[in-house]
Amino acid sequence: MGAHPYVGAGVVRNEDAQLLTGRAIFVDDVHLAGTLHAAFLRSDFAHGRLLSLDTSAARRREGVIAVYTAEDLGDYWCHGPLLVPPPPIAGLTFNTATLVPLARDRVVHVGEPMAVVVAESRYIAEDALEDIVVDIEPLPVVVGLEEALAPDSPVIHEALGTNVAAHAVQRKGDYEAARSEAHTVVSRKFSYDRGVAGSLENRGILADWNPRNEELTVWDTTQAPIPIRNGLAERLGLLQSQVRVVAPFLGGGFGPKMMMFYPEEVLIPWISMRLGRPVKWIEDRAESFFATANERLQLHEAELAVDSEGRILGVKDVFLHDSGAYDPYGITVPINTQCTLLGPYRVPNYYSEFTAVFTNKTIVTPVRGAGRQHGVFVMERLLDFAAKELGIDRVEIRKRNFLTPDEFPHNHEILFQDSAPLVYDSGDYLPAMEKAAEMIGYREFLEEEQPKARDAGRQLGLGIVSYVEGTGIGPYEGARVSVEPSGKVQLATGVGTQGQGHFTTFAQIVADQLGVDVTDVNVATGDTREFSWGTGTFASRGIVVAGSACHEAAIVVRKKILALASEALEAAEDDLELADGVVRVKGSDLSISLGELAVRANPLRGTVEPGAEPGLEATSYFGPARGTTASGVHAMIVEIDPETSEVSIQRYVVVHDCGRLVNPVIVDGQIHGGVAHGIGNAFFEELVYDDQGQLLNASFMDYLLPTATDVPHMEVAHVETPSPLNPLGVKGVGEAGAIPVGALYAQALEDALQGAVEILEMPLSPGRLFDLVHGTPSDPEAAS
Amino acid sequence: MEITLTVNGVEHRADVEPRLLLSDFLRHALELTGTHVGCEHGVCGACTVLMDGAAVRSCLVFAVQADGCELATVEGLAPGGGELHPIQDAFREAHGLQCGFCTPGILMTLVPFLRENPDPSEAEVRAALSGNLCRCTGYQNIVAATRLAASKMREVEV
Amino acid sequence: MKPAPFEYRRPDTVEEVLHLLAEYGDEAKLLAGGQSLIPTMNFRLAQPAVLIDLNAVKGLDSVDEADDGGLRLGAMVRQAAAERSALVAEKVPLLAETLPFVAHAQIRNRGTIGGNLAHADPRSELPAVMLALGASVRVRGPDGERSIGAGDFFTGFFGTALEEGELLTEVVLPPAVEGGGQAFLEVSRRLGDYAMVGVAASVVCDPAGRCHRASIALLSVGSRPMLAEQASACLVGERPSSAAVLAAGHAAGNKDIDPQADMHASVAYRRHLATVLVRRALTAAFERAGCVMGEGAS
Repeated sequence: MGAHPYVGAGVVRNEDAQLLTGRAIFVDDVHLAGTLHAAFLRSDFAHGRLLSLDTSAARRREGVIAVYTAEDLGDYWCHGPLLVPPPPIAGLTFNTATLVPLARDRVVHVGEPMAVVVAESRYIAEDALEDIVVDIEPLPVVVGLEEALAPDSPVIHEALGTNVAAHAVQRKGDYEAARSEAHTVVSRKFSYDRGVAGSLENRGILADWNPRNEELTVWDTTQAPIPIRNGLAERLGLLQSQVRVVAPFLGGGFGPKMMMFYPEEVLIPWISMRLGRPVKWIEDRAESFFATANERLQLHEAELAVDSEGRILGVKDVFLHDSGAYDPYGITVPINTQCTLLGPYRVPNYYSEFTAVFTNKTIVTPVRGAGRQHGVFVMERLLDFAAKELGIDRVEIRKRNFLTPDEFPHNHEILFQDSAPLVYDSGDYLPAMEKAAEMIGYREFLEEEQPKARDAGRQLGLGIVSYVEGTGIGPYEGARVSVEPSGKVQLATGVGTQGQGHFTTFAQIVADQLGVDVTDVNVATGDTREFSWGTGTFASRGIVVAGSACHEAAIVVRKKILALASEALEAAEDDLELADGVVRVKGSDLSISLGELAVRANPLRGTVEPGAEPGLEATSYFGPARGTTASGVHAMIVEIDPETSEVSIQRYVVVHDCGRLVNPVIVDGQIHGGVAHGIGNAFFEELVYDDQGQLLNASFMDYLLPTATDVPHMEVAHVETPSPLNPLGVKGVGEAGAIPVGALYAQALEDALQGAVEILEMPLSPGRLFDLVHGTPSDPEAAS
Repeated sequence: MEITLTVNGVEHRADVEPRLLLSDFLRHALELTGTHVGCEHGVCGACTVLMDGAAVRSCLVFAVQADGCELATVEGLAPGGGELHPIQDAFREAHGLQCGFCTPGILMTLVPFLRENPDPSEAEVRAALSGNLCRCTGYQNIVAATRLAASKMREVEV
Repeated sequence: MKPAPFEYRRPDTVEEVLHLLAEYGDEAKLLAGGQSLIPTMNFRLAQPAVLIDLNAVKGLDSVDEADDGGLRLGAMVRQAAAERSALVAEKVPLLAETLPFVAHAQIRNRGTIGGNLAHADPRSELPAVMLALGASVRVRGPDGERSIGAGDFFTGFFGTALEEGELLTEVVLPPAVEGGGQAFLEVSRRLGDYAMVGVAASVVCDPAGRCHRASIALLSVGSRPMLAEQASACLVGERPSSAAVLAAGHAAGNKDIDPQADMHASVAYRRHLATVLVRRALTAAFERAGCVMGEGAS
């Protein structure tokens, strides 16, 4: 084993055997004797006065143990935390309306919980929901974003007196001055809608209060077990050490399983404490559409000012953002939109203004990409229109505006979601664009393939777009590495895991430092008893922040190993090498195993030197100064059936830069999944609300996730510009694939249609495409 | 209602309420939690098991209907002793899973598919998988793993 | 998403089924494959008091050649069994061609032919196939047995001509005729979804090469599957030509159907798809019938 044999290699995953054989434990797989099952009564109305709830019949039903309404919660009823306070943007308006555990006198979206039934089985609990008599006086409903701001609009949160959740302006330079000198200004209105995260596993919580040792254990489908532990302890009046939160294997996260303190998440532990029994709630798919956060519509009015060569002089963007009924996650999503819009380009002047709006719909919080795709869509579309107007090739206009490697770090002079200035750490965009153009056969397509296809009556189009993505934000993560007497290594970290391969990539990082087999590094993650400090897995930060912490801790343990081995082998540290689980004096047979050293480091007799620590163990923390910037170029070729408007993807190319690759197979897998999610957003997925705030497609029958026949084979290549902000040189990749697909699809469609229509909206179904091309009216509900 | 059925070769007798879904019976009565539940309306495929050899959605069958049937779940796939079934092995080798939640349903869909189609094309594999949703992988490595599994199984046959 | 409680009965014979139907009336629901009923029950949109499971009933799952050379399919024949049946492929190629469009393999392994027809979903493929082929169903009820032609069977949105107490026992498909050809096409959002529009076309040409009969059934274009009569009129008696099938497509899309908009397709898009699919399906059907298509009107 040479130096760093694992980082950079596509090793198979340590966790797979468990997952493939059905042994892996997900939250609903935890069975505790005496468990009770909860079901929530949810509002059928989007907006209304909750006049009364009669739960008496439900309480009388056989098998029902308890029923709680807001009134029954007493002091426990309160507004939840503001999870991400907004960055300190000058002149910011921010109106807070955080979640409540159960609606008390108002319901503000369909599916808002009003009561919870606890019964011997979930079947009985659902029976009892039908026993509850609800009296709601419907109120006028706020659905559209522009309507929400109209002076005569009903107000959702009366105490705020407005439906404005936030208003923010971020500026760089002087856009108006730049505009006055522009050769060409293109301006358009855009609408970009997104949908659910769509984890195959819904949310779930099992809480077990043990009254004898006064400890609460909570199994939770959370991406952030430590913040949940801390928040629950505070809310329940317990010590943090009395609460253990376990996020076991999770069936996907994609954002909405972050530290949300959802109503169910704060109620189930409280109920377990009241009843002294384990209580489980497993979200079903029907409730997930209403009860779990998603992303939705933004409406943009944007313009791009360029000189005669197509060089960007400035961008102005004013947009509305749908917050849904509450805004517990602050303004992370629209801030991401604002910051990601700038892309890989040199934008000397920028004016960006958004208004986040409360509506009578499920809350909006980050979903894979988290507002970034909206920004990329606006910028890439504007560049396409500018290129067309100036007669410049679309690849060429992008190349002319790319930041060059000598411009890094590049400060965009606005604030990012982590409240730090938006500074790109590193990047090299031109090679990625050239590689993507080469892989997709850009020139050959435009000069040969497309004209030939057009002559044959076929509609073939190509898209090629680029984007950057802020990843790997702080504040910090930690890791503890310890060598056990067996010679195997235990690695603990606080972030949860939802399929990213942490059991393998973290092990690779540590195995390289300690010279052990990657399968001999056992990773514990997502259990607050294993590791008590950190935030969680979101914002494409796992490998960047937690991975770096693993690296740092492993380096400290390596030093301890070498120091101890130097004594044991009576050799200078410089003469030692770590490989195959032993420390060896270079060029000799003299060696000692890590297990033996671990035993020596923890003696039963004798003395440990003053100031020394027992064991071969270290805990380290890593906190980046700010996020690191990943980037990419995607290209696709589509064919439209001119008669049916069906669209098929012929080719899909990704050139991505996430710095150094820890495990290229896993990285490619992350990109594949992201692209598939993006294809869903572009082609299939849309939450369709009617004018009463009713969701019309709350099932997997009607809300369409892409299947194996909808996602094409993807060709993925990499450019590697290491990040200077962490010791591994890595950048995040979890969200990347999902970000540019809408912009890409729009460009490819326009190209196929030879500019017959401008694509200013996403998603775009074949039916909507047909209506756009033929000027026929789409269904009013579907168009809302 | 009394039922008797065989799961992974083991006979079980149970008294079940007629409305109990087979998925819940397997997961919670027999504690065979490898079969996952993702939608309970027959779209996602996570709960796919074999019922008398045919892949079915266990959320769309009542446990009482499995009376007298032979069922197979993901727990019965590996031959035991730490070994993996060739399909499982191929999924590991080709990184055909990420969060692994949809995986058991996909494996159980593929068992009869590969039995009937020992050398499927990519298009055939994709069509066979179209009744199983995966949100993590973009299907690419699942397709690759399936074709790898087919080749492994053909080798075993020879 | 757990179903409400119900009483479960599992009769062995058709007689017992009829007896139970008589006993429970509209409190009872028949459970065939359950692939549409059970989801509805899981959502608690359906809460039948009694479920009569047909899966143990003997004699409802055979696939036989009929005396006239057609095909008799027991109501409880699984869609997957029909899909794999050599007899189905030989006798009713249109059905074999269409079955892979019905949901997904796992659903077809449970779903039955009879259950699908009795459910009468206007978006479903099999009712349209039955209409196009002029199939009939046999039903048994308190007053004995009767036969209902497909054209009379589908009466409206999820509605059939089945009377209270009646059980659909068999589907009877007429024999193939010389000079016949069929085709099925649909456009759906994803493979296995209900189509936005689908077409089952069955044509028969006489030895002189003229269209003798054209049955064109559409799905997802109204409250029930429907035959495009005006489209047929463009063809019958004519020598098939690209102009004639184009005219038939337009007649179907613009005159025969009465589609509704939903979140997947507008009225205009549905009409347009019907126009295109009818033309394409007819073209394929005539080709399979061995008819040489002319260019223009004959």
